[in-house]
Amino acid sequence: MRYLPLSDADRSEMLRVIGAGSIDELFRDVPEEARLKGPVHGLPMHASEMAVERHMTALSRKNMVAGDVPFFLGCGAYRHHVPASVDHIIQRGELLTSYTPYQPEIAQGTLQMLFEFQTQVARLFGCEVANASMYDGSTAMWEAIVMSHRITRRNKTIISSGVHPHYVSVARTMAKFTEDDLRTSLPALTAGTDAESLIGAIDTETSAVVVQYPDILGRITDLTPIAEAAHAAGALLIAVVTEPVALGAIRSPGEMGADIVVGEGQSIGVGLQFGGPYVGLFACREKHVRQMPGRLAGETVDAEGKRGFVLTLSTREQHIRREKATSNICTSSVLCALAFTAHLTLLGEKGLRQLASLNHARACETAERLAAIPGIKLVNDGFFNEFTLTLPVEARPAVHAMVEKGVLGGVSLGRLYPGVDALQHGLVIAVTETATEQDIDALEAALKEVCA
Amino acid sequence: MTVNPSGWRPSAPANEQGEAATVTGNRALMLEEPLLFEIGSIGQTGVDFAAVPQGATRLGGLERSKAIGLPGLSEPEAVRHYTRLSRQNYAIDLGLFPLGSCTMKHNPRLNEKVARLPGFADVHPLQPQETVQGALQVVNELAFWLLDLTGMHGVAMSPKAGAHGELCGLLCIRAALEARGDKREVVLVPESAHGTNPATAAFAGYRVENIPASAAGRVDLDALKSRLGPDVAAVMITNPNTCGLFEPDMKAISDAVHAAGAFVYCDGANFNAIVGKVRPGDLGIDAMHINLHKTFSTPHGGGGPGSGPVVLSEALSPYGPLPFAAKYPDGSYRIVEEETAGDEHPNAFGRMVAFHGQMGMFTRALAYILSHGADGLKQVAEDAVLNANYILRSLEDVLDAPFASSGPCMHEAIFSDRGFANGISTIDLAKALIDEGFHPMTMYFPLVVHGAMLIEPTETESKASLDQFIMAVRSIAERAKSGDETLKAAPVHAPRRRLDETLAARKPVLTWSESVAAQAAE
Repeated sequence: MRYLPLSDADRSEMLRVIGAGSIDELFRDVPEEARLKGPVHGLPMHASEMAVERHMTALSRKNMVAGDVPFFLGCGAYRHHVPASVDHIIQRGELLTSYTPYQPEIAQGTLQMLFEFQTQVARLFGCEVANASMYDGSTAMWEAIVMSHRITRRNKTIISSGVHPHYVSVARTMAKFTEDDLRTSLPALTAGTDAESLIGAIDTETSAVVVQYPDILGRITDLTPIAEAAHAAGALLIAVVTEPVALGAIRSPGEMGADIVVGEGQSIGVGLQFGGPYVGLFACREKHVRQMPGRLAGETVDAEGKRGFVLTLSTREQHIRREKATSNICTSSVLCALAFTAHLTLLGEKGLRQLASLNHARACETAERLAAIPGIKLVNDGFFNEFTLTLPVEARPAVHAMVEKGVLGGVSLGRLYPGVDALQHGLVIAVTETATEQDIDALEAALKEVCA
Repeated sequence: MTVNPSGWRPSAPANEQGEAATVTGNRALMLEEPLLFEIGSIGQTGVDFAAVPQGATRLGGLERSKAIGLPGLSEPEAVRHYTRLSRQNYAIDLGLFPLGSCTMKHNPRLNEKVARLPGFADVHPLQPQETVQGALQVVNELAFWLLDLTGMHGVAMSPKAGAHGELCGLLCIRAALEARGDKREVVLVPESAHGTNPATAAFAGYRVENIPASAAGRVDLDALKSRLGPDVAAVMITNPNTCGLFEPDMKAISDAVHAAGAFVYCDGANFNAIVGKVRPGDLGIDAMHINLHKTFSTPHGGGGPGSGPVVLSEALSPYGPLPFAAKYPDGSYRIVEEETAGDEHPNAFGRMVAFHGQMGMFTRALAYILSHGADGLKQVAEDAVLNANYILRSLEDVLDAPFASSGPCMHEAIFSDRGFANGISTIDLAKALIDEGFHPMTMYFPLVVHGAMLIEPTETESKASLDQFIMAVRSIAERAKSGDETLKAAPVHAPRRRLDETLAARKPVLTWSESVAAQAAE
């Protein structure tokens, strides 16, 4: 077998050194009745590289590839062009096949990249510190809620109706077990967000308010008044960013007073990958850093005084603190974080701003054209690269009908909020730099037909 | 010594070995690399864009006014920056990486190739289901293999890593207990367990109690039995355990736990020792996560992404999380999520992640499993155990091996620092191994062995590679026992000497800033 270097002669010689008569003797602690006599029954035997590649390629061809068709899906995962060099960098064996940098003297590559990643995330989010990554945006949001709970010693969290419903679902699942009190609601198809009602709901028992920016319908709202109201009541503001490219165009949540900013880093460097692996971003104020979950890379010096980096503040973590740790997270999403940092470095501030402008301009143009279709209305006043339409027909069947025409035409709110009548006509359209004029033409034509 | 803020030492004197200094601080292939923030600039970019059409913006009056502070690099500069940094890392591709409990095996490149097929890499998680049938089939095929290999009833594919899988398993257990109106508060964890076990139990709202290990490095069955009672929800067992030993009483443990109305969670981090040889389902286990990045070779990536599917017993399967991929009689695949769960999976405990789990890891793991097949996977376990025992027996005369007399180990061998002289400890041996060109073993874990050294070679090491490693450890162990204090200075040949972790924690510098850099230069 091509991945196994030992020859039969090696095996015999090694058994001789060990003093065992057979391999089976090495498994003697396993009760006889639990040991399988041969290979697991009913499964195929080994296969050549060519055969496996052929099988996997055949499966891959059963999917509609985003890049092959006019494509306009967002809602927590965004299709951007990732420079070829990003994938080259993360396929370096030294990055791909290393592990959590427990031995810093021989892991400076990963550690310095994580230190740079932390700095980039903190700056992008307008925060003082950031960690070395979480699993994804949804789990990062729950970690932020429990972190806030630890800081404020309160357990009531108000989640805006504009937060991604899957993120809310993750939080609700976890809250059932921790007895956190979550206040949630459904979004309304209005240009304004629920900022005012959030402010009205904050009281002195509130631990945190959670707001997505831009929100699930693509709306953008100034977080400053919410932050002020939260702080006045001794609560924290948690902002969730699912499309970090937006922050190349609009103000950061930290600038507007958010105490913890979490996000999904997928849209920079990582790619769609049918939902994972992605990379959770997590940033906060420096005064809260000891309550933060996850790994942190920090600067120090070596025995000769040279600058170097290590994992630090580990006394927060499970391998030291066990049941008193701030989180159970161990393996996170470092390779995706490295892709994120490499892509953001290639962009730089200049490129990120250009990318954001391009996304916004394309989205504005598309929104204008689609809103001109009879019966279709644009919900948003403000947006970045994603906006919501109301259709004259139910959006979910419309999306399927567009697939028939070879167009992946957005995410229906019916998919995200099944059974909620008031939202069934809503369609969320994301437009990135990858959409061509022809793609927009095709979307416009397809929507016209399915709405006719 | 003054630290140049860039980390360069342009006028470095000759080092202790008397090597000549260089004006750059570089030493041939060992190249120093400054931080991005010291070499990049706000105006530089490595990406070209089409001209942005001018028009009115609709940003709600929230346009960015201030600079963000994100330096850029051109493509050649960026490639060089990261290539130079990468060369400061040790990796499986370079050599033996025997980090115990982490299963650092070879990562086949076929897996990388198939994961990048556009039909997997360029597919959105919310695409209509008729457009993602191939992706759902991958999830389903992998699930089928995991169930057959473990002899379990159901599998939750969405957990993102091992610890997330532990959480999934405990939430299933909690949901099952609540469904029968049984509110239990305690989870028992052996003191040799990974730190994630107690942390997960606490995260899921349980109180954690430790159970002691026996002198033979196993769970103390009598102590466990005496603690079982109506308040115990679950016992978390690692099998093979963190001492590299199989728990021979596993079935008896499961029976006792079940008799007390509780469930058995198995930490599957060490599944590589038994894959294709032993099915956890035959041992009475109710839930076990499988680290695809360990047993099934998906790359560790410097600390993830991992993937932690959880196999479940018949008793727990109804409570598994949403969403999941299901195959229908007409041959189609569908995602069962909140809206469809009511009919088909009414007791699901909820959702753990935004989307469907680590698709990019599923494709890699499936390619690996298909490559090995049932026969190859059995050989994986056998070779992994053979390699570990070869190390155990080749080192037990120079290093204290606390459980060696009780028989063979499984896929990892454990040693202690007993007999080291002059205050030399495990860390000194580990750092000396770095100079010899190896990644050290897991140090000081598990806690039940003094100065533990946990060595997991994996099945992808050749005998020649093991022999070279054994020679190096034997030499360093002899020096440690003779009190050779030069070990305390190791490593001397790595990109950095020992790093001051106390300083890093006392004055945390977690992001780069101009002011901190200026201070350091003074």
